[in-house]
Amino acid sequence: MNLRRDVFQAIADPTRRAILLLVATQSMTAGAIAANFDTARPTVSKHLQILTECELLEQDQNGREIYYHINAKKMKEVADFIEPFRKMWDDRFNKLEAIMKKYKTKK
Amino acid sequence: MEQKTRIAAEDGKQELVITREFDLPVELLFRAYVEPDIVEQWMGTKVLKLENKKHGGYQFETTDPKGNKYGFHGVIHDFTPNQKITRTFEMENTPFSVQLEFLEFEQLTEDTSKLTMHVIYRSVAQRDQVLQLPFAKGINMAHNRIQDLLSKLK
Repeated sequence: MNLRRDVFQAIADPTRRAILLLVATQSMTAGAIAANFDTARPTVSKHLQILTECELLEQDQNGREIYYHINAKKMKEVADFIEPFRKMWDDRFNKLEAIMKKYKTKK
Repeated sequence: MEQKTRIAAEDGKQELVITREFDLPVELLFRAYVEPDIVEQWMGTKVLKLENKKHGGYQFETTDPKGNKYGFHGVIHDFTPNQKITRTFEMENTPFSVQLEFLEFEQLTEDTSKLTMHVIYRSVAQRDQVLQLPFAKGINMAHNRIQDLLSKLK
């Protein structure tokens, strides 16, 4: 449960969300990622470290370079955080539908 | 399985869109929003006031199993039967600010309809908090259950 909370703290930061979007389509080195931000390079490194620690990013060694890519499985877990909210409305609407179907037959 | 209720909540935006298709004619779907005794059934709340008209207002009250009461209220800005309701929504005694809701009712076929609920929050942070409400509740419930189990073991 602790790990899960960390993931949400990780994505609460706008720079880290931007990093995730950036590497969503292709693997990138830390340098290439940092080039997209005005932030100092060590700051970007720190963000990469946090994202890697909570398993949102994975590293690939390619020669002397380290490439970062997104961990799709972990990202799905994060996407699922909206699921309880969706489920709440889905339950409510299912109830509405069931109730109104009775009115339909009454007519 | 195809999901009947969809939520679109774009990152970094202070709004969200809930869409749902119903196996109901649009008239029946709309009725579920305007008749107090029907609202009470599916929303699981008591309807204290519901004025379905422009400049009207509404007031709901929910009681939890422990007997605590929670109030909700808002004003109705726009009201077009079988088409749309524009209203505000506020949870009383919470840090959450009022939200603006655009409800659009659409006829798809004679027997099916679609509801689009566009909700605008005061800030991005507030929207994200509201989204996480049921999630946080779920975690607390799991936590309480674990505590219950542990206290029985003692």
